[in-house]
Amino acid sequence: MNNPYLPDVATINEIIQETHNIKTFRVVLNNETRMQEFDFSPGQVGQLSVFGVGESTFVINSPPTRKEYLQFSVMQVGEVTTRLHSLQEGDQIGVRAPLGNAFPIESMQGKDILIVGGGIGMAPLRTLLLTVLDRRDEFGDITVIYGARSPQDLCYTYEFDMWRSQGANLVLTVDNEFPDWDGRVGFVPAVLTEEAPSPKNKVAITCGPPIMIKFVLKGLKDLGFEDEQIITTLEKRMKCGVGLCGRCNIGTHYVCVDGPVFTYAQLQALPSEL
Amino acid sequence: MAAKTYLTHEDIAKWLEDMSAGARVLAPARVDNAVLFVPFDQHNELVLEHKATAPPKQAVFPQTETLLKYRYSKDPEHPETQSLEIREALPQDKTVVFGCRPCGARGFVIYDRVFDSDTLTDPYYKARRENTAFITLACDTAENTCFCHWVGSHPADPEGSDIVLCPVEGGYVAESVTKRGQELLDQAPGRAATSKQEEEASSIQDRVRKDLGEAPDISSVPASLLQLFDNLDFWNDVSAKCISCGACTYLCPTCYCFNITDEASGLTGKRIRTWDNCMSYLFTLEGSGHNPRMTKAHRLRNRVGHKFSYYPELHEGLFACCGCGRCIQHCPVAVDIREIILRAKESADEQSISA
Repeated sequence: MNNPYLPDVATINEIIQETHNIKTFRVVLNNETRMQEFDFSPGQVGQLSVFGVGESTFVINSPPTRKEYLQFSVMQVGEVTTRLHSLQEGDQIGVRAPLGNAFPIESMQGKDILIVGGGIGMAPLRTLLLTVLDRRDEFGDITVIYGARSPQDLCYTYEFDMWRSQGANLVLTVDNEFPDWDGRVGFVPAVLTEEAPSPKNKVAITCGPPIMIKFVLKGLKDLGFEDEQIITTLEKRMKCGVGLCGRCNIGTHYVCVDGPVFTYAQLQALPSEL
Repeated sequence: MAAKTYLTHEDIAKWLEDMSAGARVLAPARVDNAVLFVPFDQHNELVLEHKATAPPKQAVFPQTETLLKYRYSKDPEHPETQSLEIREALPQDKTVVFGCRPCGARGFVIYDRVFDSDTLTDPYYKARRENTAFITLACDTAENTCFCHWVGSHPADPEGSDIVLCPVEGGYVAESVTKRGQELLDQAPGRAATSKQEEEASSIQDRVRKDLGEAPDISSVPASLLQLFDNLDFWNDVSAKCISCGACTYLCPTCYCFNITDEASGLTGKRIRTWDNCMSYLFTLEGSGHNPRMTKAHRLRNRVGHKFSYYPELHEGLFACCGCGRCIQHCPVAVDIREIILRAKESADEQSISA
């Protein structure tokens, strides 16, 4: 019988210090067969275990098209994330993945993709972005609006050139002016409004701090996007990850099983308990 | 249908002793000021007159259980390397629960749909569930707080039980419900019940059903609760006296929210599952400080909503409540879930009219 609580043992192969409080972990399952057969879709999440401290949920932010390792980006906030940040390359952790649903990639085919991310919210969007870039021919224009408080708070900066060279139109913004910053200045929703992308044949995918999402949704609606054209991915406190423990439900829907990915139309049909 | 068996009180004592040889037998006995399901001991008097303080939830879903054991180790020849070993700790024990009430046994029918569904099997739950038999005692009294008949059950409901015992003069009339129950009953001393005894049993059941009175129609409550979701005045009002202590959740035969935590001892340790309390502020508190259920009104809304709206919507109208009334009996501030759902029904009606 498959035990949903039993993690795979995995090795941290590489750690990237993204910002002062975000680290990216590239991990490989120790069981070679399990690693080779590991199958997931962009948007699905995993639980990382540091035994003795506990488990927390993170999106798998590497794409299924690049499976040399599974990548997770972790902001240091609580007990588990603090312990994760103290680990070193070669250390062993537990991985329970994949969990939850995924971005509806197939329904995005043939359409322009608009990705709007803020802060650590770029993590789930990175897996989507790399997936569509690796399958570039299947999609129209790809635009990424990505913002953080300061240039030092942007993740994945070492990849920006690669994103651009593979065909993404990247618009970067920070909250205030900074020396040597040549990107935009202003909050993500404001930059979205300035960019004024047309909703025609487009899908918008957004993730970031709740306050950013709130105003991005408003901005998209003002630009004429329909609820079905807007996709977001939620975060809730989770323990079991399999729809049992009772924390992450919004009415009848369990974010860990029925989410984390929802269209704005689906979200509006749920009770308001975000 | 199998013939019914008559068992005297002495027969029961002997039967329990016999069963104890091959299984863990849990029966209600006094522990301090409470009546709890504890391992049967012939020197410890059974308390069968009233339903136990806590249901037999522990038998299948222990308050604390080990899910995994782990060990980190280092190879002294290569001190820079670390290895991690994880082991499952699946339960093996065989259990017989004796003397629970129909509401207590029926709780697991509600659990089954989530812990052992088409899409997910919780192996810990399943192992215990398959190895636990329920010998249930039909009720011969209706307590003030009993409302099993509101939620589709009754005082002699066999659902979830393997054997149902009906109290009669001098003993019990026993009827097996499942094959496992029949096998246990075959081992019991006793004799075929007389038709007079069977009549006595059914007349007692009729009396208890009558004592419970008419049940209100609560079939519209799932929709009412959704309709009232954003009416925080309603939820503030019904939760005003709640102190978020969680007694209702721990004593509930259908509450199954849990926490998973690690206990470390040096480089080894275990991952444990414990009952959790959705009425606690900490239950949904996120690392960022955000809490989607930040007040007790939000939390009570979720608890009542889960039992009387979300769960029924996902499970063909079945309420996630078996009407045992323990949450009402033992609430330190007398929050009454019956009142809340009836008020929800009325308030939703009023809201619809005024809208």
